[in-house]
Amino acid sequence: MIGWLPYAVAVWLLLCGLYGVVTSRHLVHLIICLAVLQSSTYVLLLAIGYKSGAVAPVFVDVPPGTPAVDPIVQALMLTDIVVEATVVALLLALAVQAHERGGSLDPAKLASLRG
Amino acid sequence: MKRLRLALFVPGAIALAAVSGLGVRGLHPLGSWHGAYGELLNGVAVGERNATDVVSAVNFDYRALDTMGEEFILFASVIAVAAILKKDDQEGEEEPDEPRPAPDSDAVRLLGVALVPATVIFGLYMITHGQVSPGGGFQGGVVLASAPLVVYLCAGAKTYLRIAPPAFTKLGEAAGAAGYALIGCLGVLAAKTFLENVLPLGQRGHAWSAGNIQVLNVSVGIAVAAGFAELLASFVEEIVESK
Amino acid sequence: MIGFLQILLFVLVAAGGTAVVLTRDPVLQAITVSLYGVVLALLFFVHQAPDVALSQIVIGSVALPLMILLTLAKVKRNEARG
Repeated sequence: MIGWLPYAVAVWLLLCGLYGVVTSRHLVHLIICLAVLQSSTYVLLLAIGYKSGAVAPVFVDVPPGTPAVDPIVQALMLTDIVVEATVVALLLALAVQAHERGGSLDPAKLASLRG
Repeated sequence: MKRLRLALFVPGAIALAAVSGLGVRGLHPLGSWHGAYGELLNGVAVGERNATDVVSAVNFDYRALDTMGEEFILFASVIAVAAILKKDDQEGEEEPDEPRPAPDSDAVRLLGVALVPATVIFGLYMITHGQVSPGGGFQGGVVLASAPLVVYLCAGAKTYLRIAPPAFTKLGEAAGAAGYALIGCLGVLAAKTFLENVLPLGQRGHAWSAGNIQVLNVSVGIAVAAGFAELLASFVEEIVESK
Repeated sequence: MIGFLQILLFVLVAAGGTAVVLTRDPVLQAITVSLYGVVLALLFFVHQAPDVALSQIVIGSVALPLMILLTLAKVKRNEARG
């Protein structure tokens, strides 16, 4: 039963992030909740690749035959983290521009598009 | 309005949780994964490529094409941020702000003097030893990019402009991104595939080892460091104005 | 199978994510998200993923709060300018 704890944490983080995005009053708060959403995928990937009793996939001081954790899933997580940083940077720039055009950072007040 | 949003959200969230729970039941419990691809790579990567960090070998050799896409995502995003936050010429009729002066406190400047060399050396170490120990181009590049930021915080905008002028950061970012693709072309020139590991493999555990992986790490490190420095400069507009 | 430290860190990550979402003020949220990044990096480290932990520390605890604070400063400057 406890072996499914990491997946429960991933689903919980997904729902938390979604709740934050839905009920947000500030564009920057919304963007950070999006970052929490993305971190739920890190937890899921980490839990998939883990092997109990194994070492990290770095063979500097252990001989190359020892059982190690899956390296492919970790490579996927690395790409995921870098993409999160770039997406957040772009969204923050768009938020600054939206504030300049619309006058406020509240998504409800920005809702009406002007021509 | 908020009540309507919540009322719409709650049934959807419950349904999402139920479906996710059903989907997760097909997965294995934590700690019992036996992926064939991962076990195969752990066994052969050290012998084939002389690289002791298998995650770096996966990122820059076995799946190097994905990392090239990721680096170009970073490149495009930095350019887009710079384009979005650029000041138009018609809007720039107000006088520009004062560039940020150096802080008066001696303690802050001393802290900057102590932090910057350690950060630069640690960043360079992480970039060049990506194939030996945990680290690599991305991590080391961001650490390296925080050194000009410390300079900006502790010594003001003018010193920052002398150390990391916009011309350098643009050049560094373009050179890093293009360098990745050009190093990949070395494989094509040697009559093998694109991004194949063709440089000499060296000795396991040394700084000069694992052929292509190390050179690609350096290229990605330069691109990421310059890209993040340019990102910071885009957000702080007074730097761009005080030319 | 699973040690006590791993269970504790998973619970801390869930609590940290909830805390980040429930913090409404963006300036406070920058600090909360930085702490959340450190806890996530600890989770990755305990699960034998040092490369990913390094990446998470530099991006989630340094670059992300930095970009948030710079955005808020720029918005405030744009507002003051009128």
